[in-house]
Amino acid sequence: MSGPLLAGVGALTGALPTSVPASLTELGETSTGETVLFWVVAPLMVLAALGLLFARRAIHAAMCVVFVMISLAVLYIAQDAPFLGIVQIVVYTGAVMMLFLFVLMLVGVDASDSLTETIRGQRWIGLIFGVGLGALLVGVVTRATYAVPVGLLEANAVSNPVGIARLVFSDFLFAFEVVGVLLVTAALGALVLTHRQRLSRRVGQRERADARVAAGGSLTPLPAPGVYARTNAMDVPALDPQGRPIETSISRVLRVRGQERGVADVAVQLGPGEHGGGQVDRPTPEAGDPGETAGPTTPITTGRGPEVVP
Amino acid sequence: MTSTIATVTAAPLPGAVLPGAVPADGTFTQAWLLIALPLLGAAVLLLAGRRADRWGHWVGVAASAGSFVVGLLLLIGLLGRDAEDRVLDLHLFRWIPTGPLDVDAGLRIDPLSLSFVLLVTFVGTLIHVYSVAYMEHDVDRRRFFAYLNLFVAAMLVLVLADSYLLLFVGWEGVGLASYLLIGFWNQHTPNAVAAKKAFVANRIGDLGLLIALMLMVATFGAVDFDTVLAAAPGAGEGVLTAMGLMLLLAACGKSAQFPLQSWLGDAMAGPTPVSALIHAATMVTAGVYLIVRSGPIFEGAPTAQLVVVIVGAITLLFGAIVGCAKDDIKKALAASTMSQIGYMVLAAGLGPIGYAFAIFHLVTHGFFKAGMFLGAGSVMHGMDDSVDMRRFGGLSRYMKITWLTFAAGWLAIIGFPGLSGYWSKDLIIEAAFTGEGWRPWVFGSAALLGAGLTAFYMSRLFFMTFHGRRRWDDGHGAEQDVAAAPVRHPHEAPLLMVVPMVVLAVGSVALGGLLALGDGFVTWLEPVTGHVEHHEPVLPVWLIIALTMLLVLVGAFLAWRQYAVSTVAVPAPAGSALTRAARRDLHQDAVNDTLLVQPGQYLTRSLVYGDRTVVDGAFTGLGKVLVGAGDAARRVQTGFVRSYASTMTIGLVVLGVVVLATRI
Amino acid sequence: MTLTHYLVLACVLFAIGATTVLLRRNAIIVFMGVELMLNATNLVLVTFARMHGDLSGQVMAFFVMVVAAAEVVVGLAIIVQIFHTRRSASVDDVNLLKS
Repeated sequence: MSGPLLAGVGALTGALPTSVPASLTELGETSTGETVLFWVVAPLMVLAALGLLFARRAIHAAMCVVFVMISLAVLYIAQDAPFLGIVQIVVYTGAVMMLFLFVLMLVGVDASDSLTETIRGQRWIGLIFGVGLGALLVGVVTRATYAVPVGLLEANAVSNPVGIARLVFSDFLFAFEVVGVLLVTAALGALVLTHRQRLSRRVGQRERADARVAAGGSLTPLPAPGVYARTNAMDVPALDPQGRPIETSISRVLRVRGQERGVADVAVQLGPGEHGGGQVDRPTPEAGDPGETAGPTTPITTGRGPEVVP
Repeated sequence: MTSTIATVTAAPLPGAVLPGAVPADGTFTQAWLLIALPLLGAAVLLLAGRRADRWGHWVGVAASAGSFVVGLLLLIGLLGRDAEDRVLDLHLFRWIPTGPLDVDAGLRIDPLSLSFVLLVTFVGTLIHVYSVAYMEHDVDRRRFFAYLNLFVAAMLVLVLADSYLLLFVGWEGVGLASYLLIGFWNQHTPNAVAAKKAFVANRIGDLGLLIALMLMVATFGAVDFDTVLAAAPGAGEGVLTAMGLMLLLAACGKSAQFPLQSWLGDAMAGPTPVSALIHAATMVTAGVYLIVRSGPIFEGAPTAQLVVVIVGAITLLFGAIVGCAKDDIKKALAASTMSQIGYMVLAAGLGPIGYAFAIFHLVTHGFFKAGMFLGAGSVMHGMDDSVDMRRFGGLSRYMKITWLTFAAGWLAIIGFPGLSGYWSKDLIIEAAFTGEGWRPWVFGSAALLGAGLTAFYMSRLFFMTFHGRRRWDDGHGAEQDVAAAPVRHPHEAPLLMVVPMVVLAVGSVALGGLLALGDGFVTWLEPVTGHVEHHEPVLPVWLIIALTMLLVLVGAFLAWRQYAVSTVAVPAPAGSALTRAARRDLHQDAVNDTLLVQPGQYLTRSLVYGDRTVVDGAFTGLGKVLVGAGDAARRVQTGFVRSYASTMTIGLVVLGVVVLATRI
Repeated sequence: MTLTHYLVLACVLFAIGATTVLLRRNAIIVFMGVELMLNATNLVLVTFARMHGDLSGQVMAFFVMVVAAAEVVVGLAIIVQIFHTRRSASVDDVNLLKS
């Protein structure tokens, strides 16, 4: 991944004018332009970095980091490391942070985004020792005595990428090769880690059908509700050939809620005028009573219409 | 008692009370066979397992009989020697060579030990034979004979040992055999409990023997009879008293003397031949043997001697009273045994004057008591293992031989003139009346009273069993109107059981007179007990005999009137307070329970409590502390990556600060 | 302004990154904190390269970048995998190290 990239970057930086090296004064002071640049960029970077700590949403944190990294690229270039600056932008903001964003998309918003602390004391420990660490490092860095800065004018005499290339392909050749191996390994590792092996057999249409037959029960779709001669309401059960209501024909939800109606309810609602038979005064027995419908001579009374004697 | 010592005529060897042992030679070198034979028999029977079931019992009989034959040969050999040379020592092997204390295992063959050997092997062999028939239907008969042989071997070690330590081995051996045989039918819990009780009571006695052994090692630096007994007169009276009391404690444990007598009644849970051999004839007399053997120690400690006599007198009366109330035929006989051994201990406590009489009575008692126990076994055999005398009665018509042999034993024990018991017990009563001050009157009266009581309870036992009306159902109803009379079919025992009974009955009748002939037995024992001049009792001898006879007659008559002529109530009547107490062994168990068992249990419980709280508490506390520490340390391991990261950061910062702080 | 200012900036960024690792629970943000720390070190390397006039520092920073890229690939794969199995991207939920 990095081979052609590096070549491109090399071509790019090679084309840059070499006449803008950041020079240092005799005492190691930076030029005024660089100072201004630093004091503009550095506070912003620190603020963005703090965004990592305090941003509620991961995506905001990621954008803060992107900003810090681009700023770093600027600082690299200001420090006579144009090659690294470009690589920083390409590799970090272009590749690494994009990866982060992809993963964020994959994971989505998570409860862990919240800033509430779950481990007792962890917040105070983190803050105190985080600040302590910073103070310690700053103390070390500021108290140290440095030689007068040399600057990279000499080292970058041909150009910065050429100087780095000379070193990489001579002194650091072996490390370079090893890093290449490391990249391949990492790619393979990512493949292996994200690969998910199927643990059970794939369930297709055939398997589902077989399972359904094996489980028994009704293979056909359930009967539709409603006594079509009188009503096609969803809450009235269908009737079987004996005139008994079929409970399963009503939606389970209605049954659970107790909102279904009996056949009798529908029958009572019918007015005499709506009916041609004229026998509606006769009280309609509760349909579905097995004792009533057992014998063939017993008139089957349904809400469907005039009584039929088979 | 000091006067008694003063009157002891010095034994033949000058400067020593008793003759020292001379090395064994000739026949006597084979004396180890006495022990080896029954031991081998026991080993064969125990190791052969079920294969020996069919013939094993005869191996047991043969081992015991072989031992008796060897004993007989030794007797002949010993009789052929001069009286002074009759104390022999057979060195077997160096046993415990520790330098300061060397103990050799050896056998001491002298008239005393040989008397015991003959008693044990002769009676033992007869009882072996009896057991062949008695235990015929027991699936574990082979094991029974193995234990019997083991007992015989251990008993022979006890009596033949030439040192207190080897004696202790035999002492423990007979304890073990007794335990195994009492609990022979240990599938019944009461039997197992009885065995345990006997074992524990014996352990108390063994503790006494052990302490005595330690005192001997501390005082004399030796435990063999020769050294200890020769040095005893030179030791301080305090040490000798302590030693004597400890030996007495041992004797009390083994011989069921007051206050350790409670186990003997329960020991009747064992098979009847065991009761006959171990708990009547032989093992329980080991205490008497120990006291007689340790004569010089007791002679140097008059206090201990007095305690011995007191213990003997108490037990004598105690056993007699208990015997009057017991309805269990075996327990009545056990009480009688206790009482008779009380006589022996009393005699042994009288000093040299009584030693020979004690052993004499021991031998005759071994015969007639074993005979009566075998008779009781025969009765049980015929009466479906029933032991309740109130359910017997009128058995004389059904088991004639048993009746006759039992009658011989009965007459012998109550001291019917001419029979064994008469010769031996009368001598003890006479000896008890010998001495000065209050003692002869007290102990003599006790012995006299005991004789009367003996006559009563033995006659009661005899009449209740063999005479009076039948209180059982022979299939046509009982003679006496008894509710729920059990149906029994009494019959005479098989020949193998009858023959030993007859032999022992003959012994009961004739042995006493035979041994008393011309003071033969007393003279025979002289090499061990020392020669004693005859002393005049405080009462004329004829008066003592007359009084004894009178009391015996009264006792026997009372028993005859109450148990043979009048009707015996089948459910035992409530009786007087004394009767009720006697039925319960004069509350001995309750006393033991209150005085020893319960405090012991409290002690144990408090110790257990202490162990649980203090000792266990310390350890579990330590464990809890460690667990707590681990728990606390575990909290550090939260499993949260961020916690570990904190740890790293903290470490980094602290390390950095430390490094910088030292540099600045 | 001296080069020390760059170093101070790098230290501040590093501390912020470390604190992020300690305080945030979202594994991805934690990871970003790690990246921030790596970048801070890169800045230090670059600054020292300039200070000493030696490009080795920049080469080192270059290697760090490559290694960081590899690390990000593997690390994010792990996060995704954990998310698949536990439906959570919280580092606190992955506490199997607790006995």
